[in-house]
Amino acid sequence: MTQRSSGGAASEFAIELKKINKRFGPVWANRDIDLKVRRGTIHGIVGENGAGKSTLMSILYGFYNADSGEIFVNGQLAHITDSRHALQLGVGMVHQHFMLVDNFSILENVILGVEDNALLASSLSKARQELKRLADEYRLNVDPDAIVEDVSVGQQQRVEILKALYRGADTLILDEPTGVLTPEEADDLFRVLRVLREQGKTVILITHKLREIMAITDTVSVMRQGQMVATVPTSETSPDQLAELMVGRRVLLRVEKGPAHPGQTLLEVKNLVVADDLGVVRVKGVNFAVRAGEIVGIAGVAGNGQTELLESIAGMRDQRAGDVVLAGKVLSLKGDDGAHRARREGLGHVPEDRQREGLVTQFEEWENNVLGYQYDHAYGRGMLLDIAAARAQAIERMHKFDVRPANARLKTANFSGGNQQKIVVAREMEQNPKVLIVGQPTRGVDIGAIEFIHNQIIKMRDAGKAILLVSVELDEIRSLSDRILVMFDGNIVGEADPAVATEGELGLMMAGVHKEAAQ
Amino acid sequence: MYELIISTLAATVRLTTPLLLACLAGLYSERSGVFDIGLEGKMLFAAFGAAAISVVTGNAWLGLLGGIGISMIMSVIHAIASITLRGNQVISGVAINFLAQGLTAVLGLAWFHLGGHTPTVPDSGRFTPIIWPYADQIATVPIIGPIYSVLLSGQNILVYIAFLAVPVTYWVLYRTRFGLRLRAVGENPKAVDTAGISVTLLRYRALLITGFLCGIAGAYFSIAQNNAFVNNMTAGKGYIALAALIFAKWRPVPAMFATLLFGFLDALQIRLQGVPLPIINVAVPVQFIQALPYILTCVLLAGFIGKAVGPKAGGIPYSKER
Amino acid sequence: MSARRPLPRWADVALLPVLNLVLALIVSGIVIALIGQNPFDAIRIMTVGAFGNLEGIGFTLYFATDFIFAGLAVAVAAQGGLFNIGAEGQAYLAGLGAIAVGLALDHTSWLLVLPLAIIASGIIGGLWALIPGYLQAKRGSHVVITTIMFNFIASAIMVYLLNYVLKPKGVQEPSSANVVDAGKIPQLRTWFHQFGGAPLNMTIIFAVLAVIFVYVLVWRTKFGFALRTMGHNPAASLYAGISNSRTIMTVMFISGALAGMMAVNEVLGEQARVVIDFTSGFGFVGVAVALMGRNHPFGVALAAVLFGALYQGGIELQFEMPAITRDMIVVIQALVIMFTGAMEGLLRPGLENAFMVFGPKQKAEAAARETVSTEG
Repeated sequence: MTQRSSGGAASEFAIELKKINKRFGPVWANRDIDLKVRRGTIHGIVGENGAGKSTLMSILYGFYNADSGEIFVNGQLAHITDSRHALQLGVGMVHQHFMLVDNFSILENVILGVEDNALLASSLSKARQELKRLADEYRLNVDPDAIVEDVSVGQQQRVEILKALYRGADTLILDEPTGVLTPEEADDLFRVLRVLREQGKTVILITHKLREIMAITDTVSVMRQGQMVATVPTSETSPDQLAELMVGRRVLLRVEKGPAHPGQTLLEVKNLVVADDLGVVRVKGVNFAVRAGEIVGIAGVAGNGQTELLESIAGMRDQRAGDVVLAGKVLSLKGDDGAHRARREGLGHVPEDRQREGLVTQFEEWENNVLGYQYDHAYGRGMLLDIAAARAQAIERMHKFDVRPANARLKTANFSGGNQQKIVVAREMEQNPKVLIVGQPTRGVDIGAIEFIHNQIIKMRDAGKAILLVSVELDEIRSLSDRILVMFDGNIVGEADPAVATEGELGLMMAGVHKEAAQ
Repeated sequence: MYELIISTLAATVRLTTPLLLACLAGLYSERSGVFDIGLEGKMLFAAFGAAAISVVTGNAWLGLLGGIGISMIMSVIHAIASITLRGNQVISGVAINFLAQGLTAVLGLAWFHLGGHTPTVPDSGRFTPIIWPYADQIATVPIIGPIYSVLLSGQNILVYIAFLAVPVTYWVLYRTRFGLRLRAVGENPKAVDTAGISVTLLRYRALLITGFLCGIAGAYFSIAQNNAFVNNMTAGKGYIALAALIFAKWRPVPAMFATLLFGFLDALQIRLQGVPLPIINVAVPVQFIQALPYILTCVLLAGFIGKAVGPKAGGIPYSKER
Repeated sequence: MSARRPLPRWADVALLPVLNLVLALIVSGIVIALIGQNPFDAIRIMTVGAFGNLEGIGFTLYFATDFIFAGLAVAVAAQGGLFNIGAEGQAYLAGLGAIAVGLALDHTSWLLVLPLAIIASGIIGGLWALIPGYLQAKRGSHVVITTIMFNFIASAIMVYLLNYVLKPKGVQEPSSANVVDAGKIPQLRTWFHQFGGAPLNMTIIFAVLAVIFVYVLVWRTKFGFALRTMGHNPAASLYAGISNSRTIMTVMFISGALAGMMAVNEVLGEQARVVIDFTSGFGFVGVAVALMGRNHPFGVALAAVLFGALYQGGIELQFEMPAITRDMIVVIQALVIMFTGAMEGLLRPGLENAFMVFGPKQKAEAAARETVSTEG
């Protein structure tokens, strides 16, 4: 095992952060953060996406360097340069995305990088003994000879924890550990965390799930928009209070919106089950409908299945089970050109990640205006692309949607985020779809463009389109939607009327508390 | 009949040797996550270098060293392009193959004035067959005799080195720290990086070993199996070694069997030139047998005889940014 | 996230390839000097040999015909993100199509033979590339490895056919029957005797047509749109409803077809029969040509002429400086491939820095593009 620098008299606080600041360009990810983590406790850090939790922890375990501020480990000032250094100080990170070699055994993964000497035999036997000891002490039972890709995700996470402990970590940071676990595996994890605490280890738990916070932490710190908002003993707070602190009382961008006049159902999702690229089921049997002339907003923290849901409806991801029905017709979306068929039936799709999916940034603007609709007759009846028509249409749309600069020959990479999004939005809306599905429409978009895009969405709704809106920005959901559905862990866990539902109520549902009450 | 089998096996072993060495060379590189299509080029360079030095010095070992040296230099060039400059590894390999083709011919003509090949390497500059003790006497013993005196005895030292390299490679790959890290960096370089190990250094070391083994393989052609360097004498063996590597799913012992198989096919097609098969009474086109290693590799790649999944990080340059 | 400081278009498309070529020539010059010859003399001889008179130009263009087809083959696949190294094998097999047409129709007119031969060899080359294309699209087999394998398989097939099937009675060396009369594509020297011994023939018309065809295909058709989308961003092509598997197979067929057409220039235009290895490694030159031409048909055409000049110059060089063989051209070719293709990272950052220093516009663009998204 690695040697750690021995500290002086054991400080009350395993970790102390003072006035930590970190900026990424214009984004102020961590703003004057103060944090005190008591030794031998489980300390939760809770907040929405973009609150700054992961950045803060990345600074602690050496992945990033803070712009300013101080870190104290066991009462001693530390300048943490990289993860190895952090481990030497006893701070270990259990990543959200495991750093494991899939075709190695668990034992091999544990010793990678901390082997005793050039020959493996002694390292392996020593590690085997140590793993046994750790297993006994912390109830982290694993089969050291099992191959990582063959064991369950819960087991893989144990390996990550064991790696940190093997390297002498006293403080363990876990980043959204239960995102990939089944409820049973999550409970197992909590058992382990409690044992770690009993044995004097310190645990920092980053999560957005209030159930976990209430179930297992001793202290909880709430972050919002880069700032540390509050730190309270868990016993002295409640999910409601935490939800309110998480979500905050922000100035709502109120959109001018008349009442909705919903007509017939245009989009129906029935018992939809969708798995991600790794085969993990992310949408676990979802049912809902969207009518003409209404906006249904799906609220939820990122990673609860919304992405897979949207991709499935759009024809980009095969369904494991269930149906997508558009204007009464069951869509058959199998195969790698499913999105084409979805569009043909009248679906428009503003994707969550415009740079990765919605645009080809190397293309000129007019080419991106065509993207997705290249087989339309509007762009040529035969094999040839009617470039003149496409360019003319692109310019027209640029003026209509105020895209700047209004140059259809400019490479799309040269447009700002907001203008890029307007290009995508213009394209999907102007095709006059029956149903429009929209994901994170204003991510990385400036205020002016946000307003514009919101107004366009309302216009579409008033024109009788059915709109499904997915956003992690609760504000956006509340101001645009006529009906709100909340998605948590692959299920729709609740429905709310935006006119009456409070942030607290929504926050609770988004954090999965509603589900617990139902159990 | 039995003698025929044994002598064919002996020929197989001789033909397998360069394939095996090149295949193991490629194993180190690909296991570390770097594609190496340039095995052919490195072998050709080494064949030339070994012959040139052997002719000049009359010393086989110096010749071997020369071949290894050139091959390792080429490997470093590939490493610079693939690792440091994060270039396209396939293109780099293709370029090295062409470079070998052209440069060996140009230098060969310029230095030896024989139209591109070297003069005959003197016997002192070659690795000659090593006769095991009492080979003549044991030869008459039934069954064991031919195995001892034809198959095992009478090969040159590079043959023994090649087959010895198999257990050595196995040991390095699975029993040493270096091997563990090597295998890890080809699967998940991020995991290796976060463990505090230099991905770059690890891959460079792997490619140096590749160069070393390709050097021996190339030298085999010109100063062991034959006695001169001739234009393009590697004749595509580097690609067969690559095919064998895929066929063996990047493991050392199956690599030995795969290269033995391909070596056997090579020995077979030499024997079968124009010889009609017993029952069908039609001569098997030798070209078909020559093409078999390539056909088999494609069949494997198409997933028809099991999956051929290479190291996960293969061919992808590693960069630290998130 | 690192700031990207892209080069202006002209630098990316023209300056960088030229610089890489110059670098390759410098290294080659060093090699020439090392073997005791004068590199400047060599360059002079090569330039004169390639362009000095009409015969030289004729040879240059004759070679360029081959390289245009091979280069287009590699380039068009590269637009879809695929690396087709199998042009050599595709062209080799396609020789069968050319010779079949040439022998069957040698009593008609070359006006009939030429286009039909192009079609026939195109189909064969296309089919030979389609198999690896299918394997990539449906089975995930890496097209680089399969096309390399298919080169060898093609060679084995052709050697067999030339030795046992196509060889006329009484002929010693493996080859097909000779084409005569109308089967032969007329060479331009028939009309312009200044072309001397150059085998430049009418196939070049189709090479030029191919350049135009590829340009139209990639930038003016819906298929080309889909191809480029997939090549730049397979996630976006999934979003756009483009079938990646169908696109892969189609482009590989087209790529192989273009490679196949190269056979007509050799089999019917120059040699009047099929011989072993008539492709002479030209399929691989296509790789260098495509890289230099930045995978754009017009760039490919220019690079093809350049390499044609290198080859013709190399032949002249061999006469004037017997110490240097044609293999020197292979060396230059290899260096071009290395510098343009693999070692892009060598000159590009330096060039980008130079532009950053001298070009405020680039600086501003880079700053504007520094959009960073973080997830809390």
